[in-house]
Amino acid sequence: MHPVLKLLTQRIALSLILLLMISVLIFAGTMILPGDVAQSILGQSATPEALENLRAELGLNDPPVTRYFQWFFGALQGDLGTALTSGQDITSAIGSRLSNTLFLAFWAALIAVPLAIFLGLLSVRYKDRWPDKLISGVTLASISIPEFLIGYVLMYLVAVKLRWFPSVAMINDSMNLWQKLNSIALPVAVLTLVVLAHMMRMTRAAILNVMQSAYIETAELKGLSTFKVIWRHAFPNSIAPIVNVVMLNLAYLVVGVVVIEVVFVYPGMGQYLVDHVSKRDVPVVQACGLIFAAVYIGLNMVADIVSILSNPRLRHPK
Amino acid sequence: MSEPLLKVRDLKIGATVYPPGEKPHDIEIVHGVSFDLMPGKVLGLIGESGAGKSTIGLSSMAYGRGGVKITGGEVWVNGRDILQSKLSDIRKLRGGEVTYVSQSAAASFNPAKPIMEQVVEAAVEQGKFSRKNAEARARALFDKLGLPDPDNIGERYPHQVSGGQLQRCMTALALCPEPDLVVFDEPTTALDVTTQIDVLMAIKEAIRDTGVAALYITHDLAVVAQVSDDIMVLRQGETVEYGPVNQIINEPQEEYTQALVSVRSIDHEEKAPTEEPVLSARNVTARYSGTKFDVLHNVNVDLYPGQTLAVVGESGSGKSTLARVITGLLPPREGDIQFAGRTLSPDFKNRTREDLRELQMIYQMADVAMNPRQTVGTIIGRPLEFYFGLRGAEKRKRIQELLDEIELGDGFIDRYPAELSGGQKQRVCIARALAAKPKVIICDEVTSALDPLVADGILKLLLNLQKIEDVAYLFITHDLATVKAISDNIAVMYKGKVQRYGGKTEVLSPPFDDYTDLLLSSVPEMKLGWLEEVIANRKMESAGN
Repeated sequence: MHPVLKLLTQRIALSLILLLMISVLIFAGTMILPGDVAQSILGQSATPEALENLRAELGLNDPPVTRYFQWFFGALQGDLGTALTSGQDITSAIGSRLSNTLFLAFWAALIAVPLAIFLGLLSVRYKDRWPDKLISGVTLASISIPEFLIGYVLMYLVAVKLRWFPSVAMINDSMNLWQKLNSIALPVAVLTLVVLAHMMRMTRAAILNVMQSAYIETAELKGLSTFKVIWRHAFPNSIAPIVNVVMLNLAYLVVGVVVIEVVFVYPGMGQYLVDHVSKRDVPVVQACGLIFAAVYIGLNMVADIVSILSNPRLRHPK
Repeated sequence: MSEPLLKVRDLKIGATVYPPGEKPHDIEIVHGVSFDLMPGKVLGLIGESGAGKSTIGLSSMAYGRGGVKITGGEVWVNGRDILQSKLSDIRKLRGGEVTYVSQSAAASFNPAKPIMEQVVEAAVEQGKFSRKNAEARARALFDKLGLPDPDNIGERYPHQVSGGQLQRCMTALALCPEPDLVVFDEPTTALDVTTQIDVLMAIKEAIRDTGVAALYITHDLAVVAQVSDDIMVLRQGETVEYGPVNQIINEPQEEYTQALVSVRSIDHEEKAPTEEPVLSARNVTARYSGTKFDVLHNVNVDLYPGQTLAVVGESGSGKSTLARVITGLLPPREGDIQFAGRTLSPDFKNRTREDLRELQMIYQMADVAMNPRQTVGTIIGRPLEFYFGLRGAEKRKRIQELLDEIELGDGFIDRYPAELSGGQKQRVCIARALAAKPKVIICDEVTSALDPLVADGILKLLLNLQKIEDVAYLFITHDLATVKAISDNIAVMYKGKVQRYGGKTEVLSPPFDDYTDLLLSSVPEMKLGWLEEVIANRKMESAGN
């Protein structure tokens, strides 16, 4: 077997095992949360009999191991259970939320990733001169300001004063792509500002690290322009660390955008999760946790795979 | 008379230095050097490290490494003063008219790209050839330079070919754009002697066949004598002597050049073996974990008290692995190590403190073998504390004695490694090894990173210390001149086996086996025409090919 194939198989198997372990953790974690679902559904005035009946009905009296396997095999078949509070099927409820979240993350990533890498390359090209300092200053400032503040400031300037985009990012299925994009323009802008600095700084650092190498001198002595030296010779050797930080930020775009969703009243996963945490709706919390974990592990797995594939010593062994 | 291709006048080069504990300041490292190079001729620039030879070579491409800046003078290439040119014009010169071959091709090739792409890049970028023609030209060059499978080797990645092959690829890279001038910066220094000779011949023939002019930079006068028309001897940024190769080699005028020509003047009488060896390897077979082949096959050698056993061979011959087995870093698969009448534990973790004390090591890179944040006194004092429990004034007195033995004065005790020269650093490492009062010191390529004159000083010191301290050396080296200078017994290693073993005179006298003959005949001699002679008489190829 080709060594790369072996490595990749290992990596994927490891990710699956990790996901399995996380599912146990999520299940155990929601088990030890304080509070009682039956109590929170029926309220403080419920009689002990009513509580006991509801618990039996919801299957809350079964042993945890049984409930874990029921839940886990259900999840494998796409059945995440029903929400305790509303009785809705979780899979269909999450479906539209998840696609909204991915839609927002996709467009934010599409702008932020190439922009961050380009700015990183530009920073290296003009290292320690004013473009480098300007790029670093602006991106670091934007990551340092709390994202909700950036959100409200942008909303005030762009939506209220200039009236270019709507302040509330509502989308639904009857809108066409252009209308949807128009609607999410502001949250995309805020998310871009938030994730830009991390990726740009890492690109800059990874490439500068490589710029010390002897083969960069060789490239310079071939008479290549500085940008060609960076793009052709430094960048291909710094892909692994850059991809890693890009994937971390992509995961953040999916998993960590709850503040932005609240600010712009966007119907995504984050809001859905927070709502149900406050209602102690355990099956929904478990389902969201599992999906977030899968996204996180999946993206990091992609980062590992790209790192392995970008290494010519692994791709072309002796 | 035609115009010189490269005309350098009163070249001055400066750099910013950052000495520890002082403010950064500018110094001048080349003080007004002038020379001419006619089209198709080869000028050898020779000198020790710090002589400014690489810096001068790179100035012909208007390039300064790191903080190096050209501060004055003129550099004329093809009738233009390139120091007055715009950056865009300089870029056309680099990789087009003037190209560069560096010392370490392994580091100078981009690991992420196939060789061919890098070889043709300059030629295509400078508009000299179309991509297709450049590739055809590169394949022809691969063939001319004696690379195996010239039609397909370009598709490989740099890590997939050997060091000697990569150095030839680098030469192809430099010759591909049909330059007028190639700067060769120590192109064979990192190679084994047996490989060096092939690469040297390939370079020489390529220069002759393409009619390109070259600056050939090296610290090895015997090497430069084989390829140059003229030689310029440099020292500390100044010209010592400049003239035709014949005059420099055969009638050197300056004292410094004479010292370079006659270097390796050590005379060491071989000692007869005494009865009991202090250190013996018995039937040692070893392999690295996770690999499927043995790096050492049934190795038997003896080292006698107060004597030197030289272990010689090219890279990959297993000589450093032998040192790892002896020190217990790599437990052998079979066989054992006898030391002073006892069997040493295969793993250093199970050895006693006495075992460790009596077997010391000195390394090739003195730089990385010392903690840069410790003073010389702390470095040498550590084994004194550890093995003998010396403290305070007593320890300091012993450190002073050791510093005297290695011919460094009192002033060095409070200095940091960064304040020392390469030779001084190696001396401190020797003192640290001696501080443990060992019976045996393993010297792993201890002079390979040093300039010849400095290396000579270290070897003399080691021989002197051997007389005083009665310590035995296991001397690992690829350099046969060093072997001749220092050894009593010699083990020639080839592909993990001891090929030839015995007293110095016996090993170095005919009849030779083929490998020893190859190794001995590959050592460059300070003689014009030596290269052609030795290539014509070879019986076998080196393992590096």
